[in-house]
Amino acid sequence: MIAAERVAAGYRAHAVLRDVDLTVGAGEVVALIGPNGAGKSTLLRVLAGLLRPTSGRVTLAGDDVHALDRRAAARRIAVVPQVFDTLFPLTVREVAALGRTPHHGALGLFGSDDAAAVDRSLRALGASDLAGRRIDRISGGERQRAVLAMALAQEPQVLLLDEPTAHLDPTHQLATMRMVMRLAHERGLAVLAILHDPNLAALADRVAVLAEGRIVRDAAPLDAIDEALVSGIFGAGWDVVVRDGRPAVIPAAH
Amino acid sequence: MRLAFVLAILVAALVVSAAAGTFIGSVAIAPGDVVGAIFGSDTTSGTIIRELRLPRVLGAALVGAALAGAGALLQGLLRNPLADPFVTGTSAGASLGAVIAVALGAEATIVPLASFAGAIAAIVVVWRLARLGGRTTVLTVLLGGVVLTSFTGALVTFILVSSDRLALRLRAVLGWLQGGVSVISWSELAVAAVVVAIGVAAALMLAPRIDAYAFGEETAAALGIDLERTTAAVLVTTALLTGAAVSIAGLVGFVGLVVPHALRFLIGATHRRLVIASLPAGAIALVLADLGARTLIPPAELPVGVITGLVGAPFFLALLVRSRQAIV
Repeated sequence: MIAAERVAAGYRAHAVLRDVDLTVGAGEVVALIGPNGAGKSTLLRVLAGLLRPTSGRVTLAGDDVHALDRRAAARRIAVVPQVFDTLFPLTVREVAALGRTPHHGALGLFGSDDAAAVDRSLRALGASDLAGRRIDRISGGERQRAVLAMALAQEPQVLLLDEPTAHLDPTHQLATMRMVMRLAHERGLAVLAILHDPNLAALADRVAVLAEGRIVRDAAPLDAIDEALVSGIFGAGWDVVVRDGRPAVIPAAH
Repeated sequence: MRLAFVLAILVAALVVSAAAGTFIGSVAIAPGDVVGAIFGSDTTSGTIIRELRLPRVLGAALVGAALAGAGALLQGLLRNPLADPFVTGTSAGASLGAVIAVALGAEATIVPLASFAGAIAAIVVVWRLARLGGRTTVLTVLLGGVVLTSFTGALVTFILVSSDRLALRLRAVLGWLQGGVSVISWSELAVAAVVVAIGVAAALMLAPRIDAYAFGEETAAALGIDLERTTAAVLVTTALLTGAAVSIAGLVGFVGLVVPHALRFLIGATHRRLVIASLPAGAIALVLADLGARTLIPPAELPVGVITGLVGAPFFLALLVRSRQAIV
């Protein structure tokens, strides 16, 4: 569905990504992990069409993403930001409605199609009851659902998530990850999620590991996450155990 | 609260304020004569009403609406309630443009256009300065605004003192620098009204795109917003509204700051609603402030900027204290 082909990218003279190949298929969830500064967010921006690669290209169902204009790209690729506070007291429904922005004409009129898409996305996330609540007066988990509803309302083919669980407690981290998996499988969405926690990444269909600007692993969780990798990312002091065919990273006994 | 309900109240309050502004003044005129004057009675009081009070009330309403609308746009673009045309230096640039036009002997109808040009120049300078670090923060915009305001203030004073043409009007123009509604002719008012109408139409078109900035520029871009074009369009619109306002009333501070921020908590934060409600609310605020300026210490007249400054500056400080973590 979406594919980075030999992508190099960076900021001014500073090269961040080198020769990255990565494909995410329809209905597939790929977790992107790696040490801080490896270039995970840069790769996400390149895939979203927000940062032009210095070489290589990104294709979406065969189309060059960076040849699409901003609106056309946003109708097909949604980015879920890390949840930030906004100073403006928008309601959950108004946040979800922002997802319709790329579908608006020049006058920015909000039609019945838009309202229906917003209703559907709120329902899909179980956020219909929150619709009238103000975003600054709900919990972190609820806010995460509001921002996911915004991305779904874009009706994209590709969903890119930048640490979607960063500000959540463990219960909501797991709930968010399972919700994203369900949406991807039900709707045939191609999903790439930057994750910090290897145990959440192990729930994904595939795990890609980025280190020093290169993809160093790209495999099923059991093949991607092992002790060599974990000590490379987190240092010594961790064990990897396998349970029900999935790897789990736990602190070593000594 | 429902937008229609709030709008109905605002429009009713605007009618009452405008009536108060027309009926009350330093020269006492009987209510019956005021009504007669509006319908064309040929007396001294008729002249006062038609040539002085009515244009002034309409001018104040136009200025208030334009500044509040411009404030709503700037606050949305910067995602921060501390922005308005005055504190960002836009008004100061507009005043320099207007004073240069007057000093060169331009006709009254040219002044709003010169004022617009000055506003554009100021906004470009401040935005470029704020952009130097790579991303625009409110703090750098405000600092740029402060510097630009004092610089253009110095230039304006220099032009005023050195220009023969302005010497006779020095007192009036100095009053204008403190903010004072002065409508010289109906044609000037008409030109400003056309400029404001264009600005309001553009603001309403741009409003949904400003909503997309709620979670920052990166998210706005991911929602399909062309950041450079949208930012430029919003800034030009702000300059149109500010230029028109400054050409009539000079430097009136804080209306654009207080009005949109107060409304956001009444009717919500989406910008089409906010702009629509800001227009009558801003108009009310300035019509009443101008009425106060004319009548508080008769027979003297306060510059209206004194009233808006006395109310607005503490409000600005309160906002600054509350959001100090957010702006740095």
